[in-house]
Amino acid sequence: MAEQPQGCARTTGAVMGEKPSAQPAAESPEKKEMTMTARVGQKAPDFEAPAYYKGGFKSVKLSEYLGKWVLVCFYPGDFTFV
Amino acid sequence: MSAVADKYPELQKLGVEVISVSVDSHFVHKMWNDHELTKMVEGGVPFHMASDQAGNLGRAYGVWDETQGIELRGRFIIDPDGVIQAMEVMTPPVGRKLSETIRQIQAFQHVRASKGSEAMPAGWEPGGLTLKPGPDLVGNVWKVWKPSMEK
Repeated sequence: MAEQPQGCARTTGAVMGEKPSAQPAAESPEKKEMTMTARVGQKAPDFEAPAYYKGGFKSVKLSEYLGKWVLVCFYPGDFTFV
Repeated sequence: MSAVADKYPELQKLGVEVISVSVDSHFVHKMWNDHELTKMVEGGVPFHMASDQAGNLGRAYGVWDETQGIELRGRFIIDPDGVIQAMEVMTPPVGRKLSETIRQIQAFQHVRASKGSEAMPAGWEPGGLTLKPGPDLVGNVWKVWKPSMEK
């Protein structure tokens, strides 16, 4: 993906097809349970997120890698110890 | 993450792309790469380091820890159709063993190449015996495979 202009807003990743909630504070627990949960044998939730890649800032989208094997690795945080 | 970066050439040979995700901003990813990871792996991290500050991806993948505001150590093997074939989720203090991830990828690639006609017994390594499930194998696995055959 193309290099994107960088602002000071707190950017984040987003799951494809889910619109950001208008009232984030008042979410009911039932609604939370409806969010997609990854399971083996099921489609991986598609996402797009801002990323650091080879010296630049580019967003990355999972579905752009359809046709390839993908390893997605979550980890607790940068500058942690393991 | 340096352990994954270190094995990236091997993963590329298997046709695997890597995306890492944490709640840190992409700016912090750059600093971590430039100031620490480049000292652990030559050239630094060669794949996208994605930022998920709101935990949206973490929630979708079941690795969001809302009490700590972090994402657990979760590893997902996704096939070319976008289907999750394997996942591993660990609490933060223990790191991954990449050779096991690579073994699982090779096993799933083998299954896919056989169009699902072959299955990999426990402890399977590339080149090892595979099983061909069918009427003749029912009750007869013992004739071709035993746990002691695991390497």
